[in-house]
Amino acid sequence: MKSDGGVLVNGANRVDLVAISELVNQGSRVLDIGCGDGGLLALLEATRRVDGRGIEISQRGVNECVARGLSVVQGDADTDLADYPDDGFDYVILSQTLQATHRPRHVLEEMLRIGRKVIVSFPNFGHWRVRILLGLGGRMPVTRSLPMAWYETPNIHFCTIRDFVELCDEIGASVEKSIALGRTGERNAFSAPLWFWNLFGQQAVFLLTRGLDKP
Amino acid sequence: MTETRDSDPYDDGAPPRSVGEVDELSGQVASFGPDTPLALDSGGRLDHLEIAYQTYGELNPERSNAILICHALTGDQYVASVNPETGKTGWWSLMVGPGKAIDTERFFVICSNVVGGCMGTTGPASINPASGKPYGLDLPVITVHDMVRAQAMLLDHLGIDSLFSVAGGSLGGMQVLQWAASYPERVFSALPIATGARHSSQNIAFHEVGRQAVMADPNWRGGRYIEAGVSPRKGLAVARMAAHITYLSDGALHRKFGRNLQDRDELTFGFDADFQIESYLRHQGFTFVDRFDANSYLYMTRAMDYFDLADAHGGRLADAFVGSRTRFCVASFTSDWLFPTIENKSVVRALNAAGASVSFVEIGTDRGHDAFLLDEPELFGTIRGFLSAAAVARGLKP
Repeated sequence: MKSDGGVLVNGANRVDLVAISELVNQGSRVLDIGCGDGGLLALLEATRRVDGRGIEISQRGVNECVARGLSVVQGDADTDLADYPDDGFDYVILSQTLQATHRPRHVLEEMLRIGRKVIVSFPNFGHWRVRILLGLGGRMPVTRSLPMAWYETPNIHFCTIRDFVELCDEIGASVEKSIALGRTGERNAFSAPLWFWNLFGQQAVFLLTRGLDKP
Repeated sequence: MTETRDSDPYDDGAPPRSVGEVDELSGQVASFGPDTPLALDSGGRLDHLEIAYQTYGELNPERSNAILICHALTGDQYVASVNPETGKTGWWSLMVGPGKAIDTERFFVICSNVVGGCMGTTGPASINPASGKPYGLDLPVITVHDMVRAQAMLLDHLGIDSLFSVAGGSLGGMQVLQWAASYPERVFSALPIATGARHSSQNIAFHEVGRQAVMADPNWRGGRYIEAGVSPRKGLAVARMAAHITYLSDGALHRKFGRNLQDRDELTFGFDADFQIESYLRHQGFTFVDRFDANSYLYMTRAMDYFDLADAHGGRLADAFVGSRTRFCVASFTSDWLFPTIENKSVVRALNAAGASVSFVEIGTDRGHDAFLLDEPELFGTIRGFLSAAAVARGLKP
């Protein structure tokens, strides 16, 4: 863990992970999709005593996870979630991975099937800096949290916070909690209206449950 | 590593040694009599059972650091030491030994020849006490579950209640899965590698070709070739040749042999081994018959064919592992078409459905099914990491 409120994952400081871990109850069963080198799972096991599982697409990530004693399966979020039973986990977490999936809607629906609660974090494409780079600069934004050029980024399905809220609505997920994070992890006022954090939140963390009208 | 060594760990080019020229570790045999019969899935039972085994490393005072290695179809108990009959290095000496991924300086490793085998454990070439002659086909058909029951008897005999780990590839992996399903409380961690929870139709088909080749050899004599003083060498060699293809991959064969000619510059317009691949397979076939009993080959292949772990649990594989506290690590290889990733993943899926602790890696390689026996650093790294983490969880001293 880093002292300034983030967690190091694959060498990057991830401010969203602390926010995520605070949403997870002690002793719960957790599936982390796209778990990388296992930074979040290790954090959750250490601070929340969770029974954790992971899915990771890269061989290197899986090996690092296995070597630190985590239970991680090499696989692809787009195709392998079907292998997991309904309600198998208390929490299913997708951190900074939604925008890299081929079928984000499908992935989200599968997560809501597998977990009683779902936590998703993603970079907000509606952030003012992104809007300026695209709107005024006329170029795909390259920022600190979106550091790769358009032709080499694995991120193929960007969305804004507003877009995400709309998708949740469409698939009948209800938003239990939502947190917008600034660059260093400072949290935007919870009471602020949606337009405000769609403009000023660099990242978003959502806690979702299945809506009542959905099985 | 020579080209031949690369795909057949048994063949290191060393001249075969004669039986009797044994190394100091060999010769461990546990005998079981009618007071502890081995009840078999077929309904039969073995009142007299010998289990030949090897051990490596030292059992700790808590008896908590034992790892059972389960061998594959034509393997044996000499996992990390020279096989005294062939003079070849241990079949998994790249994986098991001092400082290796399965470290014999840390763990107490046990490997036994399976029931139905031909390296000292009771098998079709053993003397049937009822007749005083070799069993031949009078030995009841042996299943993977039977093999595991016998191994459990061996562990009782050695005074080991709980294994730190069970590891094996292929048929060995089937035994690992059976161990985890039958004795979950005795298995702290499990390493099923390049395996499946059942033998596929295609795999049964290849085995049937092999068995038919053995039985079509006139020297097989209905399985009574030992008394007749002959051996179905040609049939067994053909069986081995066909099987050997399934252990490799199109890519690896092409890389190693291509269409290269063997000791000649042009085609002979005949049926000699013009191509290197033909020569290689013939060599594999004919070296195999020197070390393996033909009837044992029938029994081993049958055991794999009959294996269907889900079937024994109402058709739901996950039910085989419900409530299991064993830590699993499953590994497959991208070019393995005998036990492809999808078969290994069905095990992972079932373990997930059962809520078991499971890790899974797919190792990228072109060496096919045999990759689990070869120098695959990613596999070694995964297993080393998995066992180290499991050792911490078990409270083993570093």
